[in-house]
Amino acid sequence: MSDGRRIAINRDADIVAARQAGRELAAEAGFKGTDLTLIATAISEVARNIVIYAKYGEIAIALLEERDRRGMAVVARDEGPGIADIEKAMRDGFSTGGSLGLGLPGARRLMDEFEIESRLGVGTTVTMRKWVTRR
Amino acid sequence: MSVPILKQGDVLIASIQVAQTDAELLALRDRLTGQVGDVRARGVIIDVSALDVMDSFATRTLRAIAYSSRLRGAHTVVVGISPEVAFAMVQLGLELGAVSTALDLDDAIAQLEQHRKNERRRE
Repeated sequence: MSDGRRIAINRDADIVAARQAGRELAAEAGFKGTDLTLIATAISEVARNIVIYAKYGEIAIALLEERDRRGMAVVARDEGPGIADIEKAMRDGFSTGGSLGLGLPGARRLMDEFEIESRLGVGTTVTMRKWVTRR
Repeated sequence: MSVPILKQGDVLIASIQVAQTDAELLALRDRLTGQVGDVRARGVIIDVSALDVMDSFATRTLRAIAYSSRLRGAHTVVVGISPEVAFAMVQLGLELGAVSTALDLDDAIAQLEQHRKNERRRE
């Protein structure tokens, strides 16, 4: 991972700040049009989960540079209550927070790679990556 | 920054100017629902072209505005969803439910006009 940014997340204005920083960095990485919006939307969803469920956390975004491809990594980390049933949380329409239940499964569809790690009472880390498609 | 709400005849037009926080979207919902009654509006148009994303929260809030406005006698049309935002919404799995959409303001006003005619025919 090369240079990147960290955004502390603890109120709803931080959700906007995180997705805007993500969009800027994605443009630097070489993403265009629709991909910028997809990345910003995925960041918005995972950032909101931090505000709603954990109260405090951070989002780290970084450019990825490999020999034959460029991309971006988004890591959303919190020390909140953790997710009791990840399988359920990844299902469309499941929510314990009164939302549409599309945040996590939706973010997974918006990005190329998606991993989630969560331990009850310890916290949750979501790692997402997207690669610039060559045209 | 709070969203300006204009009144044109019996239509309220909310034109979102910049990216909105969740709290700002909820405030817009409450102001619009209140004003529908205050001015006896029959139509509500929300221009979202300046929104950077339409994530699950924004979608849920627009749906709430449309449903509560309908309960207060007004039909809601959302205009200005860009191709990028539309594609992101599809990927997320978001649906606008009963919210009407239009490409631009003219189209939205024409839709409200049509909606009114249909209602009159039913009366």
